Amino acid sequence: MSLYYVQKLLYQLNRDPHVRERFASSRDSLLSEYELTAEERNAIADGDIGLLYVMGVNGQILMHYSALIGQNWDEYIAAMRGGVKVHGPVRGGLYTMLEDRKP
Amino acid sequence: MSLVFAGVCSHAPGITGRAQRADPKVRDAFYAKLAELRARLEAAMPDALIVIAAEHFANFFMNNMPAYCMGMADQYEGPIEDEQWLAIKRTRVPGNADLARRIVKRMMHDIDLAYAEEWKFDHGIMVPLNFLTPRYDLAVIPVNINCQGPPLTPLHRAYEFGRILRRACDAQPERIAVVGTGGISHWPATPDSGVINETWDRAFLDKFVHNRSDELVAYSDEETFRDAGQGGFEIRTFIAVAGATEGSTGEVLFYAPIPAFAVGCTVAVMTVGAASRRDSAR
Repeated sequence: MSLYYVQKLLYQLNRDPHVRERFASSRDSLLSEYELTAEERNAIADGDIGLLYVMGVNGQILMHYSALIGQNWDEYIAAMRGGVKVHGPVRGGLYTMLEDRKP
Repeated sequence: MSLVFAGVCSHAPGITGRAQRADPKVRDAFYAKLAELRARLEAAMPDALIVIAAEHFANFFMNNMPAYCMGMADQYEGPIEDEQWLAIKRTRVPGNADLARRIVKRMMHDIDLAYAEEWKFDHGIMVPLNFLTPRYDLAVIPVNINCQGPPLTPLHRAYEFGRILRRACDAQPERIAVVGTGGISHWPATPDSGVINETWDRAFLDKFVHNRSDELVAYSDEETFRDAGQGGFEIRTFIAVAGATEGSTGEVLFYAPIPAFAVGCTVAVMTVGAASRRDSAR
């Protein structure tokens, strides 16, 4: 689990057109530069917003990424809810800061 | 000259990006008060506007996260978000590197802050500017307080940051306005988006406009997260404005929860009185 690198890649995709270009043209080579598990790599490659949310990606990063891959607002909210339904509660990051919300 | 204006407002991306989803009556009343904030800002005839914001991973990341940072460039650009998504056209915003440098230098005597000569604005600054300086003809000096990636600066430090900022502004020949923008309670960009704790918001705003600093800085992050969501961490921007107007009180021009905008929409002003005696003695 390398939430830091998942978020770092999404952050760079959100703000840097060159990283976006590489994501489109040579995705595997770009993803290999980040320390990601297979699950993380697949979630990013598939644009699986629900799973990324459950992994603990900060919503402020995820929301921009969702817009970037063309989701509208309702699709974005539904994807996160769907993610929790399928994969269970958020596993790490900011949203687990209260003891009683830890999975 | 000195600080000539102080206010706060909300910045949620839905305010512009999802305008058609809100109850038009409440939305338009909110927009009208934002227009009043603009009128009051313009009446103060500022040479520059400092926006104390809580950005959302547009420039700063956990590889090197400053607790406080001030922009020190002659121009900025924004929004970084998709233009259609935010319903704000990408544009260049004028800055004032010389003034910002003087403010940073002065502040460094009392507090550590980072500076950035490059800065892309996200909705956290672009939404307020869309209403306050829609012609982008006023120099903007951005300030960021990290409200996203814990550990976050303690609230009493945010208040102190505002006090030090005020002292630095009062030492400059320019007329300077400050607007803080954030929260209040909200759960932005999560499945709980649209939840708003109105009771908590109103209690916070009461402390804010009466500038009861002891109460303003008494929240723990755990309490804030539980009662006001992770978006509640952005109260740091309001608290910094309270610090900049220490000893003065203010007025809430507008507050209403607008679930479609995912935040309790807020517009408030603080009176800019004389700098506190504690400072002028130093």
